[in-house]
Amino acid sequence: MSRFQFPKSIISRPLYGVLKPRQGKFHLMIADAEGAEALFDVALADPEIMAKSHIMYFPKNTGQSYIGKLEELGAAQLYIGPSYEASVSRLRKILNDAKVGLQIYLTGTESLIGQGMQEVAAAGIPHTEVQTEHRGSVARRMQCVHCKGITEDVIYDPFVCSHCGLNLFVRDHYSRRHAAFQGVCVDAENPGDIPDPVELYS
Amino acid sequence: MSIQFKKETFRNDYTFRNSQWAIDRFPFPFHEDSYMYSVNMEQHQGGPKGSVFEKRFDVDEHYLSEMEDRAIVLAEDPLRCQSLPHMTLAGWDLLELIMVSKSEDYPDLFELHREGNNWRWVNKPMNIDDQFVFMDETTLPYGPMEYITRQTQGDFAVLDQRDDNLWMDAGMVTTQADWSLDFDIGMNFFEWHAPVPKAHEMGIFVRALKFLLNIQQGSPARRLNWTMTVNPLLDTSPENYHKWGVEKSTLAKENVGEKQHLRVELQTFFRLPRSNALVFPIRCYLIKLEELVTVPKWGRRFHRVIRDLPEELATYKGFINNRPMIVEYLSAFDDGQPTSDGIWPD
Repeated sequence: MSRFQFPKSIISRPLYGVLKPRQGKFHLMIADAEGAEALFDVALADPEIMAKSHIMYFPKNTGQSYIGKLEELGAAQLYIGPSYEASVSRLRKILNDAKVGLQIYLTGTESLIGQGMQEVAAAGIPHTEVQTEHRGSVARRMQCVHCKGITEDVIYDPFVCSHCGLNLFVRDHYSRRHAAFQGVCVDAENPGDIPDPVELYS
Repeated sequence: MSIQFKKETFRNDYTFRNSQWAIDRFPFPFHEDSYMYSVNMEQHQGGPKGSVFEKRFDVDEHYLSEMEDRAIVLAEDPLRCQSLPHMTLAGWDLLELIMVSKSEDYPDLFELHREGNNWRWVNKPMNIDDQFVFMDETTLPYGPMEYITRQTQGDFAVLDQRDDNLWMDAGMVTTQADWSLDFDIGMNFFEWHAPVPKAHEMGIFVRALKFLLNIQQGSPARRLNWTMTVNPLLDTSPENYHKWGVEKSTLAKENVGEKQHLRVELQTFFRLPRSNALVFPIRCYLIKLEELVTVPKWGRRFHRVIRDLPEELATYKGFINNRPMIVEYLSAFDDGQPTSDGIWPD
């Protein structure tokens, strides 16, 4: 099962819903990995919607698992990208060209949802009008508060910053602008005293 | 009196000290022998003569050294001063507010000469004498917010007001109690306060926001907040926490009175006229325990406050590990006598 119920946390931590097909002339659906399953559910709820949909999908570590079924949805446009990062200029073009009435759906990892939201907000669409649904990995996109570098797919707490090498603990404090949670040096007060890494939500 | 500006440091050799004048006017934040969150707002319309509440933007003996420290921080990390594109007008509002206030409140130190939009600003302590065109960014060496806050003590959060909320959309933040402007910029009032324990459940932020949204031009408000800092380090930033965090471990029985500082924030709130933004100056005052306990009432009361503070707050304020040592030090200055109401010395 790709769904995970996040425990109650602080107010800056994003909350996710369940995607529902909405009325609209155009639908932009951005998903990664297990997010494909949420799109299947949308298609099941309203098969008509796909003829008006542009799907951008990034398999991440799921390989070919969902590709065949995505192709069968009959989306007006289906883009399978090697990574979210590679797709950003394409996404910006789509958002810039967007017409009134575009419905946006973001689903999959928090990293994908957060970064998609960043682009949507930059295009002037309020984040409250976008539907989101988390599916799959609970790994996080983390910003090191010290060097500002982003480390993707962080699943252990503490972890090593992929840029400056500091050992960081994982906070729930979240910035929509950075699309990242905050990582803070774990052994600042007692250098070298680094707790054993624990898997998030384990 | 004219202010004797001190040459001192807030890093490395830490030569910062308070004079007797600065101790006497220190904004001790506890009006009773215990502490819990409260909205504790009052009008910011002056205060007792010589107190830090008297002027709109207090200038004290640490002015020049604090501005030097700010310049060091900004040279190392320009992200400490940021302004989202829609906040430039609020920056001009802030520049005007500070220049007008300081030139009126400290005419011997600051002058503002205005002919239409052609302004001349004289900051005598900093040897600045600049002419510029108000509302024309190309005539200043920095954006308006950065220009004026490089010359004004305290951090500045400039908050945009929309959708019945306040948004941290600009700021100059180099003397912060461990929060990151770069991370929090763009957040609303509840989001940037998200990590504060207990206060959300107590409804503090809902009430505070309601109060702040209604602040009118010409009716600024103020409150005090506090935390604890080892060494007189102004830049207790998350950005540099991996460098200064270890200083907390240097506290020992022999040096606690010298190294442990009470850090008080005088927070003020002003409505800005053109942008309708709210500016939130956060002015930091530091005092070492040795200086603080020279006022008997403060020594008694501070001992009781620190001793009885809920664990969650001592953790959030970052001194839970050092609390026993601090309490032991302070206990020598608490003879058990009753204390009078209010923050002022007896």
